Amino acid sequence: MLSTLGYAAVIAALLGAVVMTVAGLVGGFRNHPLLSDVARRSAYFSFAAMMAAIIVMEAALLGHDFSVEYVSRVGSRETPAYYTAISLWSSLDGSILFWGWILAGYAALLAVVRRRSTDRLTPFVLGAMGIVGIFFYGLLVGPANPFGLVVPTPENGPGPNPLLQNHPLMGLHPPLLYLGFVGLSVPFAFAIGALLSGNLEAGWLRDARRWMVAAWAFLSLGIVGGAWWSYEVLGWGGYWAWDPVENASFLPWLTATAFLHSVMVQERRGMLKTWNLSLIIGTFILTLFGTFLTRSGILDSVHAFTEGVIGPIFLGFIAFITLGSFALIAWRSDRLHAPGTLDGAVSRESAFILNNLIFVALTFTVLLGTVFPLVVEALRSERISVGPPYFDMVFTPLALILLFLMGVGPALPWRRATPDKLKRTFWVPLALGAATVAIIFLLGVRRVYPLVTFGFAGFVFGTIAEEFRKGVSARRRISARPAPLAFMDLFTRNGRRYGGYVVHAGIVVMAVGLAISGSWKLEREVTLQQGEKLEIAGYTVQFEEIWGREEPQRFVVGGTFQAWKGDRHLGEQQPRLNYYPTSQQPIATPAVESSLAKDLYLTLMAFDGENGEHATVRAIVNPAVAWLWIGGLIVGIGALIAIWPHRRPSYRPELAAELAGRGDVAEEPAVGEEESEPARVATGGPVE
Amino acid sequence: MNRRKMWIGLGLVAIVGAVVLLVAGGLRENVVYFLTPTELEAKGAEVYGAPLRLGGQVKPESVDWNAESGRLLFVITDGETELPVESSGAPPAMFSEGMGVVVEGSYREDGVFRSHNVMVKHSNEYRPPEEGEHPKEIYRSLVDDEAGR
Repeated sequence: MLSTLGYAAVIAALLGAVVMTVAGLVGGFRNHPLLSDVARRSAYFSFAAMMAAIIVMEAALLGHDFSVEYVSRVGSRETPAYYTAISLWSSLDGSILFWGWILAGYAALLAVVRRRSTDRLTPFVLGAMGIVGIFFYGLLVGPANPFGLVVPTPENGPGPNPLLQNHPLMGLHPPLLYLGFVGLSVPFAFAIGALLSGNLEAGWLRDARRWMVAAWAFLSLGIVGGAWWSYEVLGWGGYWAWDPVENASFLPWLTATAFLHSVMVQERRGMLKTWNLSLIIGTFILTLFGTFLTRSGILDSVHAFTEGVIGPIFLGFIAFITLGSFALIAWRSDRLHAPGTLDGAVSRESAFILNNLIFVALTFTVLLGTVFPLVVEALRSERISVGPPYFDMVFTPLALILLFLMGVGPALPWRRATPDKLKRTFWVPLALGAATVAIIFLLGVRRVYPLVTFGFAGFVFGTIAEEFRKGVSARRRISARPAPLAFMDLFTRNGRRYGGYVVHAGIVVMAVGLAISGSWKLEREVTLQQGEKLEIAGYTVQFEEIWGREEPQRFVVGGTFQAWKGDRHLGEQQPRLNYYPTSQQPIATPAVESSLAKDLYLTLMAFDGENGEHATVRAIVNPAVAWLWIGGLIVGIGALIAIWPHRRPSYRPELAAELAGRGDVAEEPAVGEEESEPARVATGGPVE
Repeated sequence: MNRRKMWIGLGLVAIVGAVVLLVAGGLRENVVYFLTPTELEAKGAEVYGAPLRLGGQVKPESVDWNAESGRLLFVITDGETELPVESSGAPPAMFSEGMGVVVEGSYREDGVFRSHNVMVKHSNEYRPPEEGEHPKEIYRSLVDDEAGR
């Protein structure tokens, strides 16, 4: 019953996507408003269908309807309701269903937002979204159908993969990541739509950028959430292992970040048109590639669901998208000439170009390290792995250059900087950076990378603070508002720019957290008898007892430890090992005692199964890990500020008049002095 | 104009060159080969000290785990060749004789493989455990001790 309903819903979504594609593309080429309208309505229809499919699947999961194939594979009567509900994304077919639902949601949102637009871009964009939709809904109808009927109906199922039902964060990290991943298909659709419509002026780019920031923010939060999950569950005291699938989520993040910077060069100077298109398309291809890595089972990874049939289909789609997109770029190459050129070697655009080169280099190095084992195995049939040392060694210096550029780019003027201006702009931040290095050095730190990181961090904070100071004083000159209000004005009036600085600040906080936790982590593994104590970095840990507990879905063994930091009692710590009937290995739940400065992280490694007299515990003191999560949150807030829709006074004549009467101005004028040069909008290419 | 283009070109070449060098060096130093005991023995002195992953089975009745010193000794075998492994740190919780393992570490001149990480080899397929493998069976005594808790 549910099985039939769900399958019907998925087929309906597929039909909707087919109609959307055909109506969108034909409507765009013929410039036919009726067909554009059909495309828009099909987006709503597909979303309604996918919504129904999701509801059916959740009903089947929560109602333990084991006649539905997916439920028979990931459900069990013993699994708690929360984990049953989120097991929607704990295996291949369900995760593609979830993916499809989000895709349909984005398409419908796009259709709502652009319902009044009469341009030719909208139907083309919907058509491109439809192509992506056909692929994913097609997977659901064909090889990844989660709604298959199981006869006879099993009494019970095995429950979700134990790793994925062991921590509440599983309810947060995957949805954020999917919102990011799938969201990246919207800017892609805009790029394809713009190429098809032939109108490659800046209009489409502004919309694409906005969607990109939203997807980027979700992706960033998803990645940080994944690191947090890994820290809280995997029990090795780390948060990032350069696991192939972590890399798969990181690769599109890198290219999307590159785009968010280079897009400004195109908006201001009309340069880099082909480059920006390529970045958007490349980002989308990398999301497909990442999904391919995760879903095809070709790599060994915590995330790899072992299913083979879907791999070749994905590769085919990736090839289709790649060839199709770049053929479109070649077709439109006559409209992609840049009217502007690089005027000065030291200018904001050159800083952005350098930033982009490094982002692309990072993408390349991470991609190479990820697929290198596959390539070597295919060519020489030797099995190798590329471990974290490679990534650390290659990634760190490049990332540090980016950190430095973060302090340079925003403060440089467009076009050309004079030596005198450079001196005025940078002496405060540079002094701050140098002072940071000096202080940290005097505190006894001699390692190069952390010192450089701290120095650059001080420098970037200096630049950001200067930018805010200049912004506030400019606003006060204009509106005579008190400083705190003028400060808030920066966010509401130029959220894009100042939100961007908040993102930068968050990244700097994360960089400092990474440098500290990566350099000063302490680890000890000791077997303790009852009552025995272990000391590590000012912490004392005493082993009390081992206990066991039966739970419906698992069997838990825990150790009770008392912990002190100096003389201060931190309370009872209970690292656990969870034994699931379907897993050969226990899944750890480390005990993490977190503070801003340091985390005490205890993992139960082994224990005396006979009498519970001794336990082997791994104690890790991890400094500044909390800063990573805080930095991630700041990044999210900054991105939110950057895309928050504000009423633009210039679009509301009556308000503009009122503001003008008050001596305020409708359009945001110069904020920093370098903004006083009027924006040069691209004027090249034929106008339709 | 041409002069500037030349400089931009040179800068590009320098950046790309530096990245390529960095990547090539990184890969040369950090690729970890996965070998079986037989393959390792064949390579012999060639791989002394190099980071390796060694895969095989734990030879029955070869395990010696000393909780006090935190040292684990066992013999790894692929059916043809046997190699002694010395590892620091507790064995993974489900570690047992006869099971497949992957050990990370390096091979030394004395013919012992020194490992810093023992991984229980498991497929990502979560199959139901077999009789006697069931965790509840293994830790039964503990539950009984804690009955009434």
